[in-house]
Amino acid sequence: MIQGLPEEELFASGHRACAGCGAAIAMRHILKAAGKNVIVVNATGCIEVVSTPYPLTTWKVPYIHVAFENAGAVASGISEALKRQGRKEKVLAIAGDGGTFDIGFQALSGMIERGHDVCYVCYDNGAYENTGIQRSGATPKYAWTTTTPVGKVKHGDERWKKPMPLIVAMHRNCYVATASVGFPQDLYAKVKKGLDFKGPAYVQVFTPCVPGWKIGSDMTIEVCKKAYYAKVTPLYEIENGILRFSMKPEQFIPVEEYLKLQGRFKHLSKKEIKEIQEHVDREWDRLCGLEGKKIF
Amino acid sequence: MEKVIETSHAIAEAVRLAKPDVIPIYPVTPQTHIAERLADFVADGLLKAEMITVESEHSAISAAIGASAAGSRVFTATASQGLALMHEVLFIASGLRLPVVMAIANRALSAPINIWCDHSDSIAERDSGWIQLYCESAQEAYDSVLFAYRIAENRDVLLPTMVCVDGFSLSHVYERVLLDNDEKVRKYVGKYRPLFKLDARKPVTMGPIGYPNSFMEFKEQQEQAMKMAINVMRVEERNFKKHFKRDFYGLIETYNLANARYAIIAMGSVCGTIKHVLKQSRLKDIGLIKLRSFRPLPKEALKKAFEGLKAIAVIDRAVSFGNGGVLWNEIKALSCLPVHSFIAGLGGRDITPRHIMKAFDVMQKEKENEKRIWLK
Repeated sequence: MIQGLPEEELFASGHRACAGCGAAIAMRHILKAAGKNVIVVNATGCIEVVSTPYPLTTWKVPYIHVAFENAGAVASGISEALKRQGRKEKVLAIAGDGGTFDIGFQALSGMIERGHDVCYVCYDNGAYENTGIQRSGATPKYAWTTTTPVGKVKHGDERWKKPMPLIVAMHRNCYVATASVGFPQDLYAKVKKGLDFKGPAYVQVFTPCVPGWKIGSDMTIEVCKKAYYAKVTPLYEIENGILRFSMKPEQFIPVEEYLKLQGRFKHLSKKEIKEIQEHVDREWDRLCGLEGKKIF
Repeated sequence: MEKVIETSHAIAEAVRLAKPDVIPIYPVTPQTHIAERLADFVADGLLKAEMITVESEHSAISAAIGASAAGSRVFTATASQGLALMHEVLFIASGLRLPVVMAIANRALSAPINIWCDHSDSIAERDSGWIQLYCESAQEAYDSVLFAYRIAENRDVLLPTMVCVDGFSLSHVYERVLLDNDEKVRKYVGKYRPLFKLDARKPVTMGPIGYPNSFMEFKEQQEQAMKMAINVMRVEERNFKKHFKRDFYGLIETYNLANARYAIIAMGSVCGTIKHVLKQSRLKDIGLIKLRSFRPLPKEALKKAFEGLKAIAVIDRAVSFGNGGVLWNEIKALSCLPVHSFIAGLGGRDITPRHIMKAFDVMQKEKENEKRIWLK
C-alpha cells in the first residue's frame, strides 16, 4: 500500500510480467488514479501481452487491445462514441514507447490535434522490450540493445532520446506531464489530472525494464530515484502552456551513478559518460529556462 | 420517391437513415462524395453523428473499431491505397467480431499509380474476414448499405461488411434511385444492440492474446459465422422484398439463365453491360450469373445456377499474379465444366459490348477446358 493512493487494485495480481517490471507497477498506480469509471485502450506491447492471456485477464475495468500503432485512433473512436451516447466514462490509452514515439506517433498526433477527450499514458522503458530489447526512438544514447549492440566499431545507440513530451505539448491544446514509477504519488496526481482535463492529455511514465536494462528485479525503484537525482527524468507538467516542475531535487548526483547500475551502459567509456553528463545538464537547463513561462 | 442521384449520394442517403453514431473518415485521393455528403448531413443537423476527420485510413478503421466496441453503430468509406493501408486492421475488426459497415469505391492499386476502377483493392482483402457485397447499380448500392447493417449486426453473424461499388463507373454515376420514406427505411434497419460492449458497469476484456491452444477456435468461429451469413442473407432477401415490395438479391442474381447453356459470371457494374448485350443480341443460349456476395461465397447457389450449363466464362477485374483471375480460380474449384478466364477493365479500362461478345464467342466455340484471355 502506498500513502495517498486507494487500496483497491484494479490491475489484478497474477499477470505474467517479469518480477520487478516497472511498467506493471505503473499500471497499478495508473488504474488507481483512473478508478472504475474508465475504458482502457492498450497498444500491443509488454503490458498487453502479460495482462490478457485468453481466457484470463488482469483488467478489472473495460479494456480493448486492437493493434500496435493505433491506440490514439481507437481511443478517438471510443471517446466520440461515448460522447454520442451521452456516457461519462473516461478514456485512458496506454502504450509503450515504441507504440508512442515510433509506430504510434501519427495516431497519437492525430488524436491530440483533433482534441479528443482522452488521457494517453506512455510507459517508457526505452526500447522494444517485449520483442527482445530492440532500439526505439526512446532509447538513450549509448544504451546497448539487441539492434544497437556493442561491437568493435559501434558502441550502442547513436542518437539522443526523442523529446516526446515537448513535441506533444507543441500541439498546444493538451495537458502534458512526465512521471516516474519511482514517485507514485506524483504519477497518481498527474494521471488523475490528465483524466480530468477536458481534452487530450499525455503522461509519459519512466518505467525501468529488468531484463532490458540488465538490472536486478529489486532495483526498479532505486534506478528511478537515481534517474531523478541525476536529472535524467525531470518531473514536470505543462498546463495551459505553462511548464512547471512538480518535484525538483535539491541536490544532484552525477549521471554516472545512474548509469553504472545498469548492464546496458556497462561498456561506456569515460568520454561517453562525460558526453551524457553534458547532454543531461543541457536538457535540464533548457527545461529550467522554460520553467514558469508560457511556452505556447 | 424516385430521384436521379449519384451513387455516392445514394450510399450517403442510406447511411443517414441507418443513423451511425460515429463516422471516422479519411479523404483518400480522390475520395468519393460519400464522406462529403455525410458531412453536409451532419452540418445541417440531418444526421446526428460524430464525424472524425482522421489522419489516415489506418486510423479511420481503428477509430471505427473503437466506436463499435463502445457499442455504437459506425460507418466509414475508402478505396484503393486507403483500403490497402487498412489491411492489418481489417483482420482485427473481423477477429473482434465488430459489425462495421464500410463502402468501397473499387479502384486500382499502384504502381503505376492509377485512380480508376478495378477490383484489386477489395479482392486483395478477400481473406480479411469481411463480408463483401458487390453492386451493379446506384439502387443496389443504396439497398446494400441497409442490407449490410442487417447482416453485419445479426447476432448469428457479427462480421464487418464491405459494400463495394465500382469506382467512377458506378460511384460517380447518376442513376434513377427509388428512395423509400425515412420511417420505412429506419424501421427496416432498426437499432444496433451490441451483444458485448466496453462499459464500466460491466467490464469486459476485448482483443486478448490468443495462444495456440485457443487461436484456432476463434478462427473456426469466424468461418462458421461466414457460413451463417449465407443463411441469414437468404432470410434477409425475403424480408427485404416483403418490407420494400421490390426485388433484392443478397447472394446471386441470374439473368436470362433459365434456358441458357452458357453462362458468364461477373461482379459489379459490368453486369449492366452484360445485361445490355444479352438484351440487344437476343441470345437465348447465354445467361448471366451476377455474384453479389463474394465473401461468403454462396457455393450452393452457384452450383445450382450451373446446372444444365456446358461452359462458363468468368470476368475478373483483378489478377492474382502467377495464377490468373481470382474469381475464375474460385469458380473453377466449384465446377467440372470448362471455365474460361477473362481479365478485363483493369485500371479503369472500359469493358465494352465488343469485349463481352468476345467472351461469349470463346465460351461457345472453345474446345480447350480453360482459355485465359485479357480483354484489352
